[in-house]
Amino acid sequence: MRRPLSLLVLSALLPVAALADPAALDVAAPFEIKAADPVLSGDIFLKMDVMETLVNADENGALLPGLSDSWSVSDDKLSWRFHIRPGVTFHDGTALTSDAAATALNWSKSKESILTRAPISSIRAEGDEVEITLTEAFAALPAFLAEYRTGILAPAAYAADGSVVGLIGTGAFKVTRLEPPLTLEAERYDAYWGGAAKVPAVHYTAVTRAETRALMAESGDAELVVNLDPASFARLGSVDSVTVQSVSLPRVLLLKLNAASPFFDTVEERRALSLAIDRDGLAQAVLRYPAAAGQMFPPAMGGWHDEALEPLAYDAEAARAAFAAAGWLPGADGILEQDGQRFEVELLTYPDRPELPLTAAVLEQFFRDVGIAVTINSTNSSEIPAKHTDGTLQLALFARNFALVPDPVGTLMQDYAPTGDWGAMGWDNAGFTAAVKKMAAEGGADEEKSALAATLHAELPVLPIAWYQQTAAISKTVKGIVIDPYERSFGLKSAEFVE
Amino acid sequence: MNTALNTIAFRLMQAAGVALVVGVMSFLMMQAMPGDMAFRIAAARYGYDLVNADLANAVRAELGLDAGPVTQFLHWMGGLARLDLGQSLVSGQPVWDEITHQLGASLQLALAAIVLSLLIGPPLGICAGLHAGGRFDRALLVVAASFRAVPQFLLGLLLIILLAVQMRLLPAAGHGSLAHFVLPALTLALGLAAASARITRDAMAGVAASPLYAFARAKGLSDGEVLRRHGLRNIGAPVVTYLGLQFVLLVEGVVVVETIFGWPGIGHALIHAVFHRDVPMVQGTALVMGLGFVLLNAIIDLIVRRIDPRGVQS
Repeated sequence: MRRPLSLLVLSALLPVAALADPAALDVAAPFEIKAADPVLSGDIFLKMDVMETLVNADENGALLPGLSDSWSVSDDKLSWRFHIRPGVTFHDGTALTSDAAATALNWSKSKESILTRAPISSIRAEGDEVEITLTEAFAALPAFLAEYRTGILAPAAYAADGSVVGLIGTGAFKVTRLEPPLTLEAERYDAYWGGAAKVPAVHYTAVTRAETRALMAESGDAELVVNLDPASFARLGSVDSVTVQSVSLPRVLLLKLNAASPFFDTVEERRALSLAIDRDGLAQAVLRYPAAAGQMFPPAMGGWHDEALEPLAYDAEAARAAFAAAGWLPGADGILEQDGQRFEVELLTYPDRPELPLTAAVLEQFFRDVGIAVTINSTNSSEIPAKHTDGTLQLALFARNFALVPDPVGTLMQDYAPTGDWGAMGWDNAGFTAAVKKMAAEGGADEEKSALAATLHAELPVLPIAWYQQTAAISKTVKGIVIDPYERSFGLKSAEFVE
Repeated sequence: MNTALNTIAFRLMQAAGVALVVGVMSFLMMQAMPGDMAFRIAAARYGYDLVNADLANAVRAELGLDAGPVTQFLHWMGGLARLDLGQSLVSGQPVWDEITHQLGASLQLALAAIVLSLLIGPPLGICAGLHAGGRFDRALLVVAASFRAVPQFLLGLLLIILLAVQMRLLPAAGHGSLAHFVLPALTLALGLAAASARITRDAMAGVAASPLYAFARAKGLSDGEVLRRHGLRNIGAPVVTYLGLQFVLLVEGVVVVETIFGWPGIGHALIHAVFHRDVPMVQGTALVMGLGFVLLNAIIDLIVRRIDPRGVQS
């Protein structure tokens, strides 16, 4: 009598089981949308082709024209002029002018954006150009203008205080629904300057659980799913309806150590710790892709990666010997000791990337094997900069992106010249610092880049563990999706459904 | 009528008390949590690639975190007195806007789950209670205990694998269309129905074994008539009261289920706000949920009084 009733209700719901909008291309990713402001969530808006930047970058990090079709720098290197591409309109129909671009950049600069890191004295519109004047030479400026926090929105998108009230960009898709933290929907913008997109609409859903994302790929709910956990990646490889991809990123799994602490204050100790790590085994068993980092920079980072460097090796016996040579000898319980101090350290990490706590657990075993007692603390990512600042950090495991701006020198400047929250700690190499600053100001040749890499390799202010791979599952019903190593694009504006 | 008014007056006072206690407790708990708040908020706003000491200091200066907890608390209470819950420290949006958006989504899901569980649980419980000790009763006991024992996390994933991945009947996760309701609502409903089936079964068995039931049969009423005239109303009060309690289970379940199914609800929002040390968001959400319970209990009180008016006259 009553069970049929519940079945009736269920069956009434089932006919609508087909997705609301089958014509839309659905993307599922772990990143939540915070607000309409590019400074907070511009990475998502950029990848969804809703918003664009003055400068673009290709999959090798080479800079390309974006909303600015050409740029030049004055002879004294203190004034840059970015010519605004003609014929571009915002989604509200207004034209992209140099005034509009300068307004957007000035709002970005007034917030916690990448532009506060550049020596900029003013940004203003000059005819068809945006003129940026500097207080000192800064060759990396165009790369900074490719970063998502400098995304250009229409003047109408900003309130009087600079807060963003509407997401009005210039991209190939026009926002129809923005509901932080989980939902963004956009439809094709027919007046897009680069030619209208092929798919009529794109949807973005933030799904924090990796298992759910993988199931969405498998069930066909999302045509593109990014950041798969290692187990799901392996499983989806045998599912017929999707292809899985993994692309090497300029992102490196790093073990940061406090070179000012008695445990790691000599390069011999840091090398000994490095010898204790079986990088190949870890990459195969935990990350499930062959990407052990034999040196800091991955092969895709041209100029920075140096084939000639001898890869960081694994030799537990040699590690124990090196620690013994440095005065660390096993105590009664096998834990190393020196002058009554036990080799006990805390390893900080965070669970936002599912492989980090797993990797930390494996490292704990490797280190225990050579006599180091490690306590893992998997917590909020901000504990790493917080403990760096108050000097209590000992070890930290994280994934660092060397392409926050497409030019890695921006990251090196923040992290290793001489120290940084996500880089070296208690390490100071004056020559290295000067070389990085010179490169940021003037640019640098490949020899200078590999010289910097060699210094990091020799002194090991941090230990590279693995080169990152971006993983994604792409439905076979679409083509044209791109997994961009610089995490700027999904290729949605050129993607299409196949019959 | 007087007692109804008394009930409402009592609940209003309770609401004021709940608001105060929730406000103070959530504030104290947030203060007691480890970690530097400015760093946590900066991490939430800018992400782990960018959070650093400079950003944390900028956040500290912008939000006046150096002013100390007492000043911040008084500020929040002052805002509350003006019915202003403040702004999220992470997104900068008014807390009230975020709550209404997210609470709306959670309420829809909760309501769907309750309706579904009522269609499943009590009818099965009545069947089992009418034949207490029978085969169906014993089978229901096993089934209900299993569904109650399976964590919702697991149940949700099993349902996705079965109905979305294998049978391709429903979307695996997401939010927006009617079809998106079914799996998360069913995940919640099965757990709720398992409990309410047991409660209904016990109440029904009690009533069915009582002298009044035997008398009703003896005077010649059919089984259906006995159930409708004497059974349902007698089991109504305990079942409805238990329904109120189930909302507690529901809130617990909603947190898990929303995360699995990518549902933009308040449970999900509360976890993230706690993780991000978004104090106004935590306080606002806890307050709204606390007041929601008071309202719910008031409604349940009034309904139970209608079902079972005994004691009202005295």
